[in-house]
Amino acid sequence: MMGSGNCLSKTVAFLFQRMKASALLQDNRFFVAGNEAPVAPKRARMLLPRRRMPHAPVMLLATVIAIFSLVPLGFIGWITYDVGWETVKTLVFRARVGELLINTVLLESITIPLSIALAVTLAWLTERTDIPCARLWAWLAIAPLAVPAFVHSYAWVSLIPGMRGLESGVFVSVLAYYPFLYLPVAAALRRLDPAIEDAAASLGLDPWRVFFRTVLPQLRFAICGGSLLIALHLLSEYGLFVMIRFDTFATAIVDQFQSSYNSPASNMLGGVLVACCLFLLGLEVLLRGNERYARVGSGSPRPADRRRLGWFLGPAILLPVLLAVLTLGVPLLTLGRWLYLGGSEIWRIEVGSAFLQTMALALAGGVLATIAAAPMAWLSVRAPGRFQRLLEACHYYVGSLPGVVVALALVTITVRIVLPLYQTFATLLVAYVMLFLPRAMVGLRASIAQAPVELERAAMGLGRTPGQAVRQITMRLAAPGAAASIALTALGITNELTATLMLSPNGVDTLATKFWSLTSEIDYVSAAPYAVMMVVLSLPLTLTLYTQSKRTAGQ
Amino acid sequence: MITAVNRFSHVLALAASLLSTTVLAGSANAQDEGLVVYNAQHESLGREWIDAFTKETGIKVTMRQGGDMQFANQIIQEGDASPADVFLTENSPAMTLVDGAGLFAPVEKETLDQVPEQYRPADGMWTGIAARSTVFAYDKTKLSEDKLPKSLLDLADPAWKGRWGASPAGADFQAIVAALLQLKGEDATKAWLKGLKDNATPYKGNSVAMKAVNSGEVEGAVIYHYYWFGDQSKTGENSKNVGMHYFKNQDPGAFISISGGGVLKSTQHMKEAQAFLKFVTSKAGQAVLKNGSSYEYAVGKDAPSNDKLVPLADLNAPKVEASTLDSKKVVELMTAAGLI
Repeated sequence: MMGSGNCLSKTVAFLFQRMKASALLQDNRFFVAGNEAPVAPKRARMLLPRRRMPHAPVMLLATVIAIFSLVPLGFIGWITYDVGWETVKTLVFRARVGELLINTVLLESITIPLSIALAVTLAWLTERTDIPCARLWAWLAIAPLAVPAFVHSYAWVSLIPGMRGLESGVFVSVLAYYPFLYLPVAAALRRLDPAIEDAAASLGLDPWRVFFRTVLPQLRFAICGGSLLIALHLLSEYGLFVMIRFDTFATAIVDQFQSSYNSPASNMLGGVLVACCLFLLGLEVLLRGNERYARVGSGSPRPADRRRLGWFLGPAILLPVLLAVLTLGVPLLTLGRWLYLGGSEIWRIEVGSAFLQTMALALAGGVLATIAAAPMAWLSVRAPGRFQRLLEACHYYVGSLPGVVVALALVTITVRIVLPLYQTFATLLVAYVMLFLPRAMVGLRASIAQAPVELERAAMGLGRTPGQAVRQITMRLAAPGAAASIALTALGITNELTATLMLSPNGVDTLATKFWSLTSEIDYVSAAPYAVMMVVLSLPLTLTLYTQSKRTAGQ
Repeated sequence: MITAVNRFSHVLALAASLLSTTVLAGSANAQDEGLVVYNAQHESLGREWIDAFTKETGIKVTMRQGGDMQFANQIIQEGDASPADVFLTENSPAMTLVDGAGLFAPVEKETLDQVPEQYRPADGMWTGIAARSTVFAYDKTKLSEDKLPKSLLDLADPAWKGRWGASPAGADFQAIVAALLQLKGEDATKAWLKGLKDNATPYKGNSVAMKAVNSGEVEGAVIYHYYWFGDQSKTGENSKNVGMHYFKNQDPGAFISISGGGVLKSTQHMKEAQAFLKFVTSKAGQAVLKNGSSYEYAVGKDAPSNDKLVPLADLNAPKVEASTLDSKKVVELMTAAGLI
């Protein structure tokens, strides 16, 4: 019965939640439900040969990668130590940093609740009501993710040139990022056991109360996870806020970088930004709590009934329509208009070469990140433990750092210490691996978890070496997940801006950097083809993600 | 499942081959980049010069795009290992910074002879390649001639609160501040920057600031002249309400900023690098400024600028010694003022 859209959103939501759950060293009881293959029960273990996979080499690999991920954080610590407390004081405790903090707090505290309200309402409409074309609306709710955030703001600024400041920042952020909340919330809504709601209703609660007292609390994990993701994006987003002229730490760091390269001032701003990230991660742990909501006993929940909207249908359908117009209609309209105005001459040869370079970088980065994530993903499924959780946290935290901070660290390290790597593809790819390691982890982990360890053991029982067993059984079974990881990572790289701007080798232009340099000369017409190509490149990646996630779900 | 695995291995194989081509292409590039130019000039202008140079000499040039001060500091950190052979800027403070670090090779005499003395530093370690004039771009529908500021310094006055804009993070603006610092001293500059922080709306980029004037967000903006001419030559969409006010009278606001070009001492291609700089300042190179879309002033001897521009000689600019503009101090003052 599972619809295609549903399936994708469910899988991606699971991925996001998994990411969050592991990132915070929390146990994953909540997710064990259907997707996780538990460690073989005792009896089975006794029957199978005692031969086990050696963990040490994998552990070593994972440790090396974890240490690499700690480099940017260590770098900021080192700079802080190096410049001395007096300099840190003058650079951090100044009015400008205060302004940026206020901007950040306002942005986060307005955008997040708005996104939650919007996502929950929309998810409820598409999952729990008899709204016509529910699947279409569900798809349209996810689609804005294929449009880079800075293309969203480009579209809006083209339409309303006066857009600027906090209100505009909030507005465009909500439109560009709400799918990150919609995805997990819709998935959670679909999985809920309606028996609890029935019980509440039978105790005399009206539908509103049922929703607020039983449904909403059960969405807590999904809401917290999605909110965290958006909150971190808001911290690290650069292009969106520059375009509508709202200053955040990310924009201020790039300003400093352009005025003085990698000065202590830009690195101190980076330090404050990292502190903000850690604060958000901690806040999410506090808010999420650790209650669990799950069925006990046998059987599985029936699908929930869809509520009849009745007279409310008219106003209700306005919401998804309006959202589709705002998130997809406006970018399409703007791009279409600039393309029309530009005619054929804006399709210069550089568009093609930027497209190829971006594609090569995206795929290479995707493959590398997936390979780098493999040891940890395997360990966390096959040999969980305390130390492994620590390693895993190192893998995840680096993905919450803004690209600009990671890039700053790599610029300085390569120019001062490993000069041959300076301005090379290698360094750029290392940055991509660091930034998108969590994305690679999530896809891989989920699918390794679905490859039963028993098959590996059986293979070993039949005489295969542990290495062969993993290659022939687990790696094959995990292949679709790996493809999904590559696609997720490649999507991220396609839209990456700041790290690419700062680290790319001479003569390299990606779609994002070309788009950026043209829009900053307000040559919106020439920028349009690059934006279109970014979306074009994102489409097959999204499609891969979709088909692979369908396989992961066993269809 | 078999198909899934097959397809996956296809994807993997494709990605692996792409990866290797990228990396190979990368290392091949490293050997065959030709001349590397760190271009802080506008990308389009840098591109025009490079294309014309390659066409004339057949020498391959790779351009890296960035900002004045970003590159200047970057080159200093890279030191002898800098991949750059030539450095082009929009303004001179960045050149001064690199020159101060002793990283430039002397510019060939023939090149220097192509540029009048007032447009290059006395030490001959770099040369002017173009010039730009500070202007106050204002909203013609809101401000009449008599209401315009007489001096750049007037804009710090509370009367101008909320009425003007600038792009303080950009090299262009920082060059103007550097000129102010040289002409009026540190205290006056600090006071003016404080006025700027209180009064002005910060924009990212001069074109964006001009666009804001055009759309009526602010009444005026301190920018350089050629953004207006550039826009007028295209659709005029971002400047149709905008007028240009030249401060003249040797006011700090009449500052002429010299774009610089220099050859790095560490270059492995000294001959080609010098040839490039010679080309940029030659008749052919300066003609790019007259005929191209940049609308910057040509600075070569007997090299005419675009006919549409107010002649350089008529601008009555203040006397500023380009080779001593102190960019470090400017960034320090601006950081302290909370502008960046």
